[in-house]
Amino acid sequence: MTEKDLPALSIADLQSLLRRREVSAREVIDALRDRIELIDPKIGAYLSLDVDAAAKEAEKSNVDLPLGGVPLAIKDIINVMGQPCTCASKILQSYRAAYDATVIRKLRAAGAIPFGKTNLDEFAMGSSTENSAMKLTRNPWDLSRVPGGSSGGSAAAVAADAAFGALGSDTGGSIRQPAALSGVVGFKPTYGRVSRFGLVAFASSLDQIGPLTKTVRDAVLMMNALAGHDPQDSTSLNEPVPDYAARFDHDLHGVRLGLPKEYLIGGIDPQVKAAIDAAVKQMNSLGAEIVEVSLPTTEYAVAVYYIVATAEASTNLARFDGVRYGYRTENPKDILDLYGRTREEGFGPEVKRRIILGTYVLSSGYYDAYYLRAQKVRELIRQDFARAFEKVDALISPTSPVLAFKVGERVADPLQMYLADIFTIAANLAGICGISVPCGFAEVDGRRLPIGLQLLGKALDEARILQIAHAYEQSTDWHKARPSIAVGGRKA
Amino acid sequence: MARNSDLDVAYVARLARINLSEAEAKVFQKQLDDVLKYVEKLRQADVSQVEAAAHTLPIFNVFREDAPHDWFTAEEALSNAPRQANGLFIVPKVVE
Repeated sequence: MTEKDLPALSIADLQSLLRRREVSAREVIDALRDRIELIDPKIGAYLSLDVDAAAKEAEKSNVDLPLGGVPLAIKDIINVMGQPCTCASKILQSYRAAYDATVIRKLRAAGAIPFGKTNLDEFAMGSSTENSAMKLTRNPWDLSRVPGGSSGGSAAAVAADAAFGALGSDTGGSIRQPAALSGVVGFKPTYGRVSRFGLVAFASSLDQIGPLTKTVRDAVLMMNALAGHDPQDSTSLNEPVPDYAARFDHDLHGVRLGLPKEYLIGGIDPQVKAAIDAAVKQMNSLGAEIVEVSLPTTEYAVAVYYIVATAEASTNLARFDGVRYGYRTENPKDILDLYGRTREEGFGPEVKRRIILGTYVLSSGYYDAYYLRAQKVRELIRQDFARAFEKVDALISPTSPVLAFKVGERVADPLQMYLADIFTIAANLAGICGISVPCGFAEVDGRRLPIGLQLLGKALDEARILQIAHAYEQSTDWHKARPSIAVGGRKA
Repeated sequence: MARNSDLDVAYVARLARINLSEAEAKVFQKQLDDVLKYVEKLRQADVSQVEAAAHTLPIFNVFREDAPHDWFTAEEALSNAPRQANGLFIVPKVVE
């Protein structure tokens, strides 16, 4: 293995080399830097990169720690001390984090090295990363297409071997959907399982941080470091953290998988449908029992989400007022002018739309009709899942009904963009955990586009869906496929 | 401005302290009218038997010891301020 092949490794394989002292943490940083310099001009996954800081950490890293010497990319909405944290927004363009998020502190304690901040939809609002005020990120499988979003930079970096693994955040599918569209593994933990302290808040009752990786095993390695109670996040769960790999030697005998009948109706790309059908058969052949289940409130999930999430966003983003941090407009004539123009100039269109919608659904006279009703339907959705999990261990569905779409194809119609989140959104509303794993490819215009399979598990049952995802993944070769740009880049 | 819902984008934008150009307000009005029309489907759901869920966790009243600990210095808290002086954030005059 030469140094330039290193970035293609999984975290687990990289660790073996580091622990056998066949490569040093410093050499890994250099190889990854070279890789990013070579490939990222085509992909646009990274917003910033501090090679010196990472190299310094590598020099003193202890490779025998659980993630010792492993560089990880961080979605640019998570605070890493001394690094920018732009949220891909003009309003935070020159912001520098004054502290480490809890997840960063935990990754460092496990020996990992935060290396590079990745692109996203502004404040994580979007499903294509096109709402970034900073740059466009392209799908490594087809550069004319989006990588998904909002954690599109993290997904594209991992897919293009420009990161060993990455952190994302998932409010309505923002880890799982880009993982599916970019052909990597994306894991959303149970709400409260991972601390949100230091994650810039979008919708506080829905946001959750999780890993994007090349394999399910790598997701487990990251989750073992990330999970756990944090006194600085009052919504973090004070529950023991199991070893997420504990069930990896089990096959799928005795596992009951539920197919929600409401998820397999119109609007799904036929190639996605075929890949999911094949994956279900595969899991059946591995011993899993397949049962049809019903989630009758599915049709309400997107509507509930766009009320609850925008309401919470409108209050969370009130803090960006040009006073204490971030962008401030030039020569304000009074304080109202300062607020109004700072926010006009600092926020992009999608963020403004959501703040306006959220302000409206919370406003006097409309609160009951929109926000309160949505919270009640949210409870119905949660009950639907609770009933389903009495019968099955996990639910199975496509992660996204559509394949990676063309850059610019969907930006003019926000509602159509929202509707494509149908399979991922309900998990956030119900607070349960979910994972997307590669399950095949579609052929479009002579290009191979990845397809993702979603598994949803009940609250705190992460180990179960990770086991199922791992067993399925190891019975296929999908996770070994690399985009031609990655393979081509490696030879260069 | 023409609109198909009770939402008046220009008015709500003022409440949210976001100045909007007329052109942008017009585009948002159409887009958000579509979204509000879509969410009307929630009226079909029977919510007579449920309590509103503020969030999904069964945890309430999280307390911690009220003890001082090392955290931001004033200097760190001001490190991203657009304008500051003498350990204070500087803003336009707000009282006459």
